[in-house]
Amino acid sequence: MLVNTTVKSTCYHCGQDCEETTYQFDDKEFCCVGCRGVYQVLSQSGLCNYYNYNEHPGANRARTDKRFEYLDEPKIISDLVDFTDGGITIVTFYIPYIHCSSCIWLLEQLHRLNPAIYYSRIDFLKKQVNIRFDNNKITLRQVVELLFDIGYEPLINLQDVVKKQSTEQKDNLVRKIAVAGFCFGNVMLLSFPEYLGLSGQEESFRQFFGWLNIVFALPVTFYSGTEYFTSAYHNLKNKVLNIDFPLALGIAVLFIRTVAEILTHTGPGFADTLCGLVFFLLVGKFVQRKTYYHISFERDYRSFFPVAVQVISEEGEKPLPLADLKVGQRIRIRNNEIIPADAILLKGNAMIDFSFVTGESAPVNKTLGEIIYAGGRQMGEALEMEIVKPVSQSYLTQLWNNEAFTRSQDNRMQTFNERVSKHFSIVLLIIAFGSLLFWLPFDWQRGLSAFTAVLIVACPCALALSTPFTMSAALSVFDRNFFYLKNTAVVEQLARIDTLVFDKTGTITSSNNKILTDCTTLTAAQRQLVQSVCINSGHPLSRQICAYLGVGAILPVSAYKEVPGKGIRAVVVEHLVAIGSSDFVVDGGYELSNTTKVHVVIDEVYQGYYSFNHQYREGLEDVAALSPKYKLYLLSGDQDHERNELLPYFNHSQNMLFRQSPQQKLDFIKELQSRGKKVSMLGDGLNDAGALKQSDLGIAITDNVNNFSPGSDAILDGRSLKSFPRFLKFAKDTVKVIHISFFISLTYNLIGLSFAVTGKLSPLTAAILMPLSTATIISFTSIATHVAAKKRKLL
Amino acid sequence: MSIIYFLIGCSILLALGFLCAFFWAQRKGQHNDLYTPSVRILLDDDTTSEAEK
Repeated sequence: MLVNTTVKSTCYHCGQDCEETTYQFDDKEFCCVGCRGVYQVLSQSGLCNYYNYNEHPGANRARTDKRFEYLDEPKIISDLVDFTDGGITIVTFYIPYIHCSSCIWLLEQLHRLNPAIYYSRIDFLKKQVNIRFDNNKITLRQVVELLFDIGYEPLINLQDVVKKQSTEQKDNLVRKIAVAGFCFGNVMLLSFPEYLGLSGQEESFRQFFGWLNIVFALPVTFYSGTEYFTSAYHNLKNKVLNIDFPLALGIAVLFIRTVAEILTHTGPGFADTLCGLVFFLLVGKFVQRKTYYHISFERDYRSFFPVAVQVISEEGEKPLPLADLKVGQRIRIRNNEIIPADAILLKGNAMIDFSFVTGESAPVNKTLGEIIYAGGRQMGEALEMEIVKPVSQSYLTQLWNNEAFTRSQDNRMQTFNERVSKHFSIVLLIIAFGSLLFWLPFDWQRGLSAFTAVLIVACPCALALSTPFTMSAALSVFDRNFFYLKNTAVVEQLARIDTLVFDKTGTITSSNNKILTDCTTLTAAQRQLVQSVCINSGHPLSRQICAYLGVGAILPVSAYKEVPGKGIRAVVVEHLVAIGSSDFVVDGGYELSNTTKVHVVIDEVYQGYYSFNHQYREGLEDVAALSPKYKLYLLSGDQDHERNELLPYFNHSQNMLFRQSPQQKLDFIKELQSRGKKVSMLGDGLNDAGALKQSDLGIAITDNVNNFSPGSDAILDGRSLKSFPRFLKFAKDTVKVIHISFFISLTYNLIGLSFAVTGKLSPLTAAILMPLSTATIISFTSIATHVAAKKRKLL
Repeated sequence: MSIIYFLIGCSILLALGFLCAFFWAQRKGQHNDLYTPSVRILLDDDTTSEAEK
C-alpha cells in the first residue's frame, strides 16, 4: 500500500496531529510516549475494543508525571472514600474527561485490568465513577494510578474532600409528588359519580365515596403539603407575606371544609380540587429545580488547590495535607504544581503561570527571595519555598474571609413573585372577611361558606406556577446557547441588571490566543533558523512562533541557552540567533511599549520583531453597543497597556480601572451598589471571585465549562459572549411573560370570586376552574417563552 | 350493586401496589442515573474480537 508521507499522521489514541516525532507500536502511530503508554496498557489486557466504539477516544497524555504519594496518607484516604471496612472500600471519583461511550465501556472494565477491583460503575452525566475494591490487595493510590495509566485522571481536590457526600437535597419531593398524584387520580375517579348525579337508591355510595375522599386527602394535606404550612409559618414569624401564605391557607380551608361537608352530609367537599392543587404545585416546584451535574457554581480556591503538598523536613520529604501547613515550613513545588500559600522562593528557577488567578497565561519570571503569591502554577524545574502565610490567610485566599462570602443570598433582589404575593395576600384577606361580614347578619352559614369559598377559589395556584414554568423554559433556552444559570431566580436578576463590569484578561480577551503580527525582514533561510531555535523552548510565545512559521526542516542547534522571562540564545549552523525581549537581544536596549514583542537578532543584525496582541473575544462590539442602556466598566488587574485599544468599547477613560487588586475589585462593585446600581460582574479568574460574589449577578466566563471557574451565579461559555446582549433582552421578555401570566391567573381568580362571594360555589366549578387555569398558564408560559426565544434568535 | 365496594377496594389495592413499586425503585436509586444505561446497553461485552485486533 502506498502511503503519502507528507500527510500528517494523527495519534491513534488522542487524535491530535503528530508533531516532529511519532511513536510507533503495533503499526499504530502515537503523538507522545504517554498516549503510547495508555495503548500498551490497554492492549496487554485485551481492552482494545476501546478504540472500536469511537475514533480517537483518548485524552492527550503528553504529561506523564504522576504524583499521588499523598494518597498514602491515612487521613486523606479516610476523607476521600465513601465507605470502607476490613476488606472492601468504595470510592467515587469525578473524572472530567468522561465524554463518550468508549469511556463508559473502558471504565466499567477496570476489573480486567486489576482483579482486586470488584466493580466500577459510571454515571455519565455527573462524570463520576464509583469503584469498589479490595483494600488488602490494592491501595487507593494504586487505583488512582491505574485510572491515570489508562488516561482517566480523577480530579481530586480540597473541595471534594471537604464537601463529603451529603450535598444532595433530601426533601423527598419526588415521593411527595407520587403520593399527591396517586391520591389526585383516585379522588377524581371517586368524585365523578357525584358530578354526574347519583340516583336516590345509590345514596349509600355517596357516603362511601366521601369517606374514601377524606382518606385520600389526609396524606396529601399532611404529607405532600406540609412544606407549605411550615414555610408560611416561618415567613409569618419573620413578618413576611409570601406566596406560600395564601397557598397554605387555601390548602387548609379546602381540607377543613371538605371534612366538614362530608361529615355533616351537607355536600361532597372539594377533595379533588385539594389534591389537584397540591399535585400541580409540587410539579411546579420540581420543574423549577434544574441542576447541572457537570457544572459547579460553588467553587472557591480550594477546588483547584492541591490536596497535599510536599514538605521538606529533617526526616525527608513527606506529603502533608494543606490544612496542616504552617508558617515557616519548607515546601517543594514541582513542575505543573500550584503554590498553595504565599511563600518565599529559596531555590530554583521560578516561571509562574498565574492564569488561574488573572487569566493571563504567559508565565512570569520570579527571582530568589521574592514572595510568590498563592495560586500560581510553576512551569519548569522544582522549587523550594518557605511558607510565609497560612493557606487561608494568603493574598488571594483571604478574599474568602470577606463578608461577601459569609452573608446569605437572601438580601439579593426580590423576585416579582415575592413583591406581588404580599399585596395579593392582603387583598385576598380583605375580600374574604368582607364577604363574611356581608352575609353574617342574614345567614351565618352562607357567610362562612362565602368566606371559605373565596379562600379556595383565589388560591394563587396559577400564579405560583407561572414563574417556575417560564423560568425553567428560559433556562433551557440559555442552556442551548452555552449560558448556564445556577437557578431560575437568576433569570429575573439578569433582567434587572443595569450595570455591567468586565474583567479584562481572560474575560474580554480570550485566554491563550494572541494575534501574532510579523514585523520581521527574515528570509526563508533565516526563518528556518528562528524556528529551529524556538522549537526547543516550551514558552507559549515560542510555541506560537513555531506554529506561525509552520513545519520546515529542523536544523541542529548548539550552545542553546534559554533565560527565563528574557529570551533564547543559540547557535544554529554557525549563525548566532538571539530571540527575546529587547534588552536581552540588544545590549542596553530598552523600550516602552504597550504590546508584547519578541525581537530577533541574527549574527548581531537586528531583524525586526514579532508582536503579540491580545485578541478580543468575538462579539465584544455587540456588548459595547449596550452602552447607553447599560453602564459598562472595565476592571482589570493588569497594567494599562491596552487603554487606547479598549477605549472605543468603554466610551470613557474613567470607566476603565487598571491595576486593581482582588479586594479593590470587590470594593468597586460595593461602591456601585451603594449608588443604587444593579451590578453584574463578568470575570474569569480567582482574583475576580470577590467581585463576582459581591455583585448582584456574578457571571464567570470560561472556554470550557468543565474547567475551573470561580464561584458565580452563572457560567458563560466564551463563545457565547456575542449572544450576551440578546440574553439580556430575552431575560426581560421572560419577565414580561410572567407579568402577563399573572394577569391571566388574576382573570381566573376574578371569575371564581364572582361565584365565591355569593356563597354558592359548587365543587364542580372549583374542580373545573383550578385545572383549567393551571393548564392555561402552563401552555401560555411555554409557548410565549418559545416565541420570545425565537424572536431573539436564541432557538 | 354492592359489588362496587369490592371493585373499588380492588382497584385501590392495585394502585397502592404500583405506588409501593415506585417507592421501592426510588429508594434503590433506579432513577438516579437515567442516561448511562441507555449507552451501556449498546456496548458489546464480547471478548472474542480482541484476538484479531
